[in-house]
Amino acid sequence: MNAKLTALVPELALAAGAVLGLLAGSWLPRAKQWSVGVLTALACVVGLVATASSWGGVPETVFGGSYALDVTTHTSRLLVLSGTVLVIWLAGESLGNHPRKAEFYVLSLLAALGTIVLAGATDLLLLAAGYLLASIPLYALAGFSKDAPGTEASLKYYLLGALLGVTMLTGVTLLYGVGRTTRYVVLVRTLSEAPHSIVAAGTVLLLAGLLFKIGAVPTHFWVPDVTEGAAAPVAAFVTTVPKVGGLVAVYRLVSEVVPPTVNWPSLIAVLASASMTLGNLAAFFQESVRRLLAYSTISQVGYIMLAVTVATRSELALPALLFYTGGYVVTNIAAFAVISEFPGATRIADYRGMARSHPALAGVLVLSLLGLVGTPPTAVFLGKLEVFSAAVDGGYTWLAVLAVVNTVISLFYYLRWMVPALLAVPGGEHVPLVRAGRWTAACAYTAACGSLGLGLGGGLVLPGLTGTVLP
Amino acid sequence: MNVLSLIVFLPLVAAAALAFVPARLGDRVFTWSWGAAAAADLVLVVAMWIGFDADGGISYEQRLRWMPSVGIDYHVGIDGLALPLVAVTAVLFLACAIYSQRRLRSAKPFVLLFLCLQTVSLGLFTALDLILFFVYFDLSIVGMYFVIAAWGHGNARKSALKFFLYTFVGSLVLLLGFIGLYLAAEPHTFDIVELARANPLAGRETYGAVVLLAIGLGFAIKTPTVPFHTWLPPAHTDAPATGSVILAGVLLKMGTYGFVRIAMPLLPQSWREYAWIVVIVGVVSVLYGALVALAQEDFKRMIAYTSVNHMGYVVLAVGAAGLIAEGDEQARSLAVTGAVTQMVSHGLLTGALFLIAGVLFDRRASYDMGSYSGLAGRAPVLAGATALAAFGSLGLPGLSGFVAEFQIFTGSLASASVPTALALLGILITAGLLLRAFHRMFLGAERLPDTPGSTRRFEDLRSRELFSVLPLLVLAVVIGLLPRFLLDVVEPSVTSVIGVIGR
Repeated sequence: MNAKLTALVPELALAAGAVLGLLAGSWLPRAKQWSVGVLTALACVVGLVATASSWGGVPETVFGGSYALDVTTHTSRLLVLSGTVLVIWLAGESLGNHPRKAEFYVLSLLAALGTIVLAGATDLLLLAAGYLLASIPLYALAGFSKDAPGTEASLKYYLLGALLGVTMLTGVTLLYGVGRTTRYVVLVRTLSEAPHSIVAAGTVLLLAGLLFKIGAVPTHFWVPDVTEGAAAPVAAFVTTVPKVGGLVAVYRLVSEVVPPTVNWPSLIAVLASASMTLGNLAAFFQESVRRLLAYSTISQVGYIMLAVTVATRSELALPALLFYTGGYVVTNIAAFAVISEFPGATRIADYRGMARSHPALAGVLVLSLLGLVGTPPTAVFLGKLEVFSAAVDGGYTWLAVLAVVNTVISLFYYLRWMVPALLAVPGGEHVPLVRAGRWTAACAYTAACGSLGLGLGGGLVLPGLTGTVLP
Repeated sequence: MNVLSLIVFLPLVAAAALAFVPARLGDRVFTWSWGAAAAADLVLVVAMWIGFDADGGISYEQRLRWMPSVGIDYHVGIDGLALPLVAVTAVLFLACAIYSQRRLRSAKPFVLLFLCLQTVSLGLFTALDLILFFVYFDLSIVGMYFVIAAWGHGNARKSALKFFLYTFVGSLVLLLGFIGLYLAAEPHTFDIVELARANPLAGRETYGAVVLLAIGLGFAIKTPTVPFHTWLPPAHTDAPATGSVILAGVLLKMGTYGFVRIAMPLLPQSWREYAWIVVIVGVVSVLYGALVALAQEDFKRMIAYTSVNHMGYVVLAVGAAGLIAEGDEQARSLAVTGAVTQMVSHGLLTGALFLIAGVLFDRRASYDMGSYSGLAGRAPVLAGATALAAFGSLGLPGLSGFVAEFQIFTGSLASASVPTALALLGILITAGLLLRAFHRMFLGAERLPDTPGSTRRFEDLRSRELFSVLPLLVLAVVIGLLPRFLLDVVEPSVTSVIGVIGR
């Protein structure tokens, strides 16, 4: 069985943190609920320390080959836990004295746990369990503020998630039926002997659920509504953290399990093109900053999927995938931190003249938006460089060219937000910018520094992102 | 600390320090610190020039491991191609700093932005790693975008956006080309020196052609050559004077420098193969730029189009250098030396002309040539400076433009006689249009545009204006009369580039 509990310290820390947080949150008075935040952040830090100490070990699978401990799992843990810490940090002030603040922390922790399981799973059943654990807390979080937009977002998210969850389970059933097992190691062998069309159908159905998690076309319909309707920290979480698990799960599945008889690279390439192009086009004339970022995340996922497309064709694909995802997570959280810092400003026009009143935060906004465009020397630039290199190396030059065209297009709508914030004179009919507090601002600065630091110091990180991916 | 890195990062350090100075201390603190930083940087560049050993190799080299796992290093160094451009960059930024010693619209961000732009520009000319080069290339676009959008006039936002989108396309295409080079080399590397040595695309014709297409397109947009020049006139017209100086004097050189530094030595075979296309593009730019400049009524727009024309000479020369079948090595060296000299000369003279355009706009808020007349009587110094810059620009012997263009034409004539003969027409047209512009604006009866709020008298150059324009013209005369100090630096490096192409 190889039941090595010590290998699962990060996951156990999250589970324990969630249970303790739920218990403590039920008894603590409203004014002291922040301590649950500290507790959950602590659980993440324990997980981060455990991840760091186990980095570079020999890749292995534990619990009867159902859970892989390799470079992808380690990196996913690192990204998910860091992202969750940043979101918990963000939420501190945005949620104020919310009566159910503890629930927010606990649900985030559970969703983070589900995301890590999704990334590490090497068994179809565990993958399905990870999907549910990563999704259900987020349905609740989307409607956390119990207002009309939140409820709508939550319902939409839930219905689409439930539908695609069932689709995914159908895919699991099909693959189990023809592969006679749910374990990846065995499926590698059995699927290549199984009827080709059923394997292909099962793969597509299975991928549908994972695409829903990462918010890629054609399962992206929930992204704008949830990003706009949910509370800002929830939006920050939903658009970043679950993508890590989903992308790694897709990568593991297609590169290690799906037999080459299924032409998955073409499928992923088409989905990647559709994601980046449709996301960009939809973002063009958005007036709401959250919707703009929502569509931008759809296109960003498209870029990252370039690395998945060439998973088996280029050695550069794995570091490209992991680095881009990491750079994207920290940069996007920086942008959402600025949004959380100004809870009253929902439209682009509300940010007019921001540079005069809040120069440092305007700097963060510019850094994160130019970062999302892929301007050097931020993290996403290096990510894009890696992803483009991988795509060209893997023979998908046309996809890289399409990504370049989309990058240029994306510049336009990021500038639509950046330019009024920087150059316009404040005034006119818009809500004055009211700050949420220092903590949120500090989180914005930290995330922005992280984006810049990861871009400049990528040389220290990248060598650690190569290794064997276990089936 | 390597002196080259010091020169590159000194302005950035100054900007970082000034960022913490509160804006309420007054504009003077910022403009003076800017001037001090730019002057210190120029002193360092001069010292570096004096200590430079012109043997065709790379001096002041420094190589630090940055991202070894992806073949990216912090690799800088300078040779005879880069040193003159570094020097021009330092001179032009100092001229801008002197010119800006006055009331500025939000001085602090302006000064910080220019200091950052200086680091970016100097960094680009010293970079010996493709990604390092690209980082500076991209940031120069972002920086210039904000200069035009925030401090420009007229339709500045729109022009700035056009500039940004256009050149951003170029930079990303360039990046694809760089990735092509990177993947072709074994082991994968972005290092320019190693790539030149390895010549990874030797014998891979199609691959080489595609990579050259990407890199050539990227640089052609930045240079700009016809038909990718349409972003240039609006950007120049609406940019502030100092922005135009840096855009024309430094940013355009990034494109032509890229041809000499990257396209030619890293893709010698493909360059030889497709040099005739480069020659044609160059000639078309020369003629088209000159003809369209002739039709302009706007002084600044006219200078912008003469930039297209002048950059056309450079492109013609680097193209002719690749036509190896005809012409001897010496002639081709002469053409490329002329191209580098032209980059320097154009930086100085066009810089001066754009500053003069800024002076006109400051006085009367108009660039319309038809509405000015007889300025020479009121402003003799301004008239003299304009005349000198215009004569230099049209290639009068004794000024830097002549040295550059003479070498370009002599060097290109052997290998590309018909195109060169056609390009000679460009000189004629440019001479005509610059003289006509000078004649219309400075001679004849006095007439000034009626701009509300302006004083009746038309002031001559003020001291800050004079001290920014004059050094540029003095340098143009010095290069015109005593070109050896420059050519001795350039020639050895050009010879080694030509040697690489012939390989």
